[in-house]
Amino acid sequence: MRNVQTVAANTFREAVRDRVLYNLVFFALLMIGAAILVGQISIGIERDVIVSLGLSAISVVGIIIALFLGVALVSKEMDKRTLYALLAKPVKRWEFLLGKFFGLVMTLTVNTAAMAAGMYIALWSVYRAWQPSDIFILTAVYLILLKLAIIVALALLFSCFTTPFLAILFTAGVYVAGLLAGDLRTVRGVELDPGALRLMRGISYVLPNFENFNVMGAVVHGHGVPGVMVLQATLYAILYIAIVLTGAAMVFARRNLK
Amino acid sequence: MFSGVAGCEHIAAALVDGGRWLFKNMGMSQSAIEIENLSKEYPYGFLSLKKRKSLEDLTMQVEDGEVFGFLGPNGAGKSTTIKLLMRLIFPTAGTARILGKSIDDVSMHGSIGYLPEQPYFYDYLTAHELLDYFARFHGLTASDRAARVAAMLKKVGLDTAKKIQLRKYSKGMLQRIGLAQAILHEPKVVVLDEPMSGLDPLGRREVRDIILELKREGRTVLFSTHVLSDAEMLCDRVGVIVGGKLRGIGTPGELVDMKAQGMEILLELSGAAGNLPLLEGATRTGERYRVQLPETELYAALDALKGAGARILSVTQIKPTLEEYFMNLVEADRAQASAVEVSGK
Repeated sequence: MRNVQTVAANTFREAVRDRVLYNLVFFALLMIGAAILVGQISIGIERDVIVSLGLSAISVVGIIIALFLGVALVSKEMDKRTLYALLAKPVKRWEFLLGKFFGLVMTLTVNTAAMAAGMYIALWSVYRAWQPSDIFILTAVYLILLKLAIIVALALLFSCFTTPFLAILFTAGVYVAGLLAGDLRTVRGVELDPGALRLMRGISYVLPNFENFNVMGAVVHGHGVPGVMVLQATLYAILYIAIVLTGAAMVFARRNLK
Repeated sequence: MFSGVAGCEHIAAALVDGGRWLFKNMGMSQSAIEIENLSKEYPYGFLSLKKRKSLEDLTMQVEDGEVFGFLGPNGAGKSTTIKLLMRLIFPTAGTARILGKSIDDVSMHGSIGYLPEQPYFYDYLTAHELLDYFARFHGLTASDRAARVAAMLKKVGLDTAKKIQLRKYSKGMLQRIGLAQAILHEPKVVVLDEPMSGLDPLGRREVRDIILELKREGRTVLFSTHVLSDAEMLCDRVGVIVGGKLRGIGTPGELVDMKAQGMEILLELSGAAGNLPLLEGATRTGERYRVQLPETELYAALDALKGAGARILSVTQIKPTLEEYFMNLVEADRAQASAVEVSGK
């Protein structure tokens, strides 16, 4: 695991030096602006607005980073040929992939944590006090992070066998389809051929079910999330990521570099 | 009945054979690099149905401790071979071993160093950070890493630029840091793809010195180059590859046939030079003459020149150069390629 750790630490350093975390400045400005604005225009629902806006921004910014940097993790190394010298060291290709994955997840964790802190500061600036339900926001942030980790794994998989442009398209496509996976599974009352229905259900189980990670509605209204649900979502994400990364490693193991 | 001496010879021969058997069967190889029937085809065209042969049935060995030069024009298959050895691409057919281990065994990479062609490294890192990063994969302790990195930066002349990010490095500086990362962990086998590329004369000299130092330390060096003078100067043996096929392998002397093709005398003579029949076909620059003649006529010519009051500046053998040998191969390959094109085969 030493090699994985070394590659991960360097991937994180690259993100920091390439100023990826600069988006936090934008987020901080957004949250400060929102806090001031909602303090003036909304009565009684300031918290809902700030939490809703904050979690949405964390999710959107995270998805953009996971998608674009996730695809660039491998393709940039192949394009610039920085991979050549590294793979000539006693480093297995799957170790490189895993290191890249964890490096970007580490970046996203720091990014997400900093954004969550920004959101808490905005809440404090409005209320000057904590509410018991504020702790539930952390659950939502954690589940967003799991979702982002799945997107990174998918981006890695696609970038192992296709061009960066197509990899972005495929990952974005699977993400959108994954948002609808729950609906596909529970489709009722539609006149469909039983075969087509089975196929649709089958596809829904192959796609990542991102509904498992969406607790924004409950958290915004100050409700908690059952621990069992968080545990299930965690296990689901680990299993899904493990399968996707295994596939990526198998493809990348025999990939001819330029 | 064997005589005593003959009996000893049989025993010695049996021991040698036994030794060879042990080498082969215990994974110990006599050659540092062994390549057997290595081929690489690249698919191209619609649906990748057509195949272009980049390397064809390459078989060769690089012996332990030798400096081996891999020569060939652009696109000849030099980099393809090196990338196959480094497992950056995978062969269509054939196998290769380095230090007796299959190239598929990544653990063997701890004993080899590699400089890619036109190297490009993480440009957000400084030279020191890059070497430290690569050193970590060799399991060196923090103190070992610090010592090796500092020594290596000094060796390649980058110790004063060690805190500058690589994005600000010139091509020559990148080549040097590439060389440093290749030899940082003191590998037994060093593979350098065009190590002189992009370097000024001083840089080339430094790389040559490093290669010679690696040889003195008993390391095996395989390097590809276009520069034939470098190969002649540094290599114990060279392999010439043209059109994906190995066309010649041996010492530079063996390849170009060291037999002298004649002698050349450089002399100075003032005054009545026209009286000497020897100088009729000579090349003249002022009072200097360059005369070429068969070796058998050398001493008679020297006597005649001495008698005429000439000052002999040098006497050298005329030998074909590696460049001539190389150019002949390349031209023959091109002629063959165009003949195939014309005949439509």
